[in-house]
Amino acid sequence: MRIEKYLYPTSAEEAVRMLEDYQGEAMIMAGGTDLVLWIKEGKREPSALVDIDGIKELHSVLIQENEIILGAGVTHAEVAENRELKKRVKCLTDGCRSVGSPQIRNIATVGGNIVSAQPAADSTVNFVALGAECEIVSAEGRRRVPVEQLFLGVGKSALNPGRELMTKIYIPLPACPYATSFQRLAPRNSLALPIVNVAAYLAEKDGRIAEARIVASPVAVTPFRLRQAEQYLTGKQVSEKGLAAAAGQLAHDEANPRDSLLRGSGEYRKVLVQDLVTKAVEEILGKLLRGGAEHAGNNV
Amino acid sequence: MQEITFNLNGEEVTVEVEPKDTLLRVLREKLFLTGTKMGCEESECGACTVILDSRPVNSCTVPAAKVHGKTVVTIEGISKNGELDPLQEAFIEAGAVQCGFCTPGVILSAKAILDRCENPDEEQIRDELSGHLCRCTGYLQFYDAIRIAVKKLQEQKTEK
Repeated sequence: MRIEKYLYPTSAEEAVRMLEDYQGEAMIMAGGTDLVLWIKEGKREPSALVDIDGIKELHSVLIQENEIILGAGVTHAEVAENRELKKRVKCLTDGCRSVGSPQIRNIATVGGNIVSAQPAADSTVNFVALGAECEIVSAEGRRRVPVEQLFLGVGKSALNPGRELMTKIYIPLPACPYATSFQRLAPRNSLALPIVNVAAYLAEKDGRIAEARIVASPVAVTPFRLRQAEQYLTGKQVSEKGLAAAAGQLAHDEANPRDSLLRGSGEYRKVLVQDLVTKAVEEILGKLLRGGAEHAGNNV
Repeated sequence: MQEITFNLNGEEVTVEVEPKDTLLRVLREKLFLTGTKMGCEESECGACTVILDSRPVNSCTVPAAKVHGKTVVTIEGISKNGELDPLQEAFIEAGAVQCGFCTPGVILSAKAILDRCENPDEEQIRDELSGHLCRCTGYLQFYDAIRIAVKKLQEQKTEK
């Protein structure tokens, strides 16, 4: 199919109207690092492309005391280089720094990475670990959805890029101390998809772990919550010995990655999940104990 | 076909493109700037790197229509009046060019580093060049070349 038109809306509502004009056959063009390839390969055949660069609200970064609001069109490089974000959500800045190569990070957007729904994405696991929500605009208006609920399968998003546009990502920041960690193993540092990555977030109240979210990918078709490890950690004293190793063991038993010619055997990757979860939890607990938490009130 | 206008190497250009055309193809096949190389065409090798609004990107996965109203610099745009950019001279001096296929892209990434940072450290250089594949030089000469360029630029500054 021939792409008829390349369109330049200046607001989210205008973008959605343009999508409606093409009755779901047009597609949102963000950074294009996935979509252009898919069009070349014939995997996507949109009848028009709706570019988001001219929509101001998609490019803003707002850091508030209790939440961070990221425009969905913010690039991975912009997140990775932002020092204020690094103080508050280190896992996310580390994850964004691991995506592709500098040339890809300079144009690929965080919203695009979520909508592409690739199981090995290095930024999306962090949004899930951070409990982020996103705002989606359609002809019916705006709504908020937890990022975690957008992943339906490999390359399948609950957001329909022929009808809907992600505008913002909301990352809640708790009032209590918390810390995050992103761990990753890949054949090489640049331009290589991860064999396994892990994002973790722990919050502390009165010396105990009050909230835990640990996510691994690509060990399933969508970012995988290690719920047993999370449940085990919740309520434990931060200073208790052996927590990280026990959480790692539970993660090992819980994760069930498949054998992959590209990424290694399932058994090998199970052990990697264990190691990376142990490392992440160790790093976070160390920070919480030493007072190095990424508390929202820090350094503001 | 759709008309787009953008700033290319300091001059406004207007060109007709199809929505699916990549910037790489338009640069090479419509504007005849063949310094930008066509390598893997899937954002892996970095040979097609250009600077888009001060940032290096792979032109093989950028729709040409996306650069409407923006600024693009290709390898042809960094020499002035027939004189090489200090970075280009430095690449020659360091022996950082062999077959030359990756060179335009690498020089543009190096330029983007030096435009943002006068004296980058080794880690920064390695990081910023990590999106380029080179099968001849072994990469170390890029690092030497950038160090030479840093010196040249500092000398230019003190002369002024």
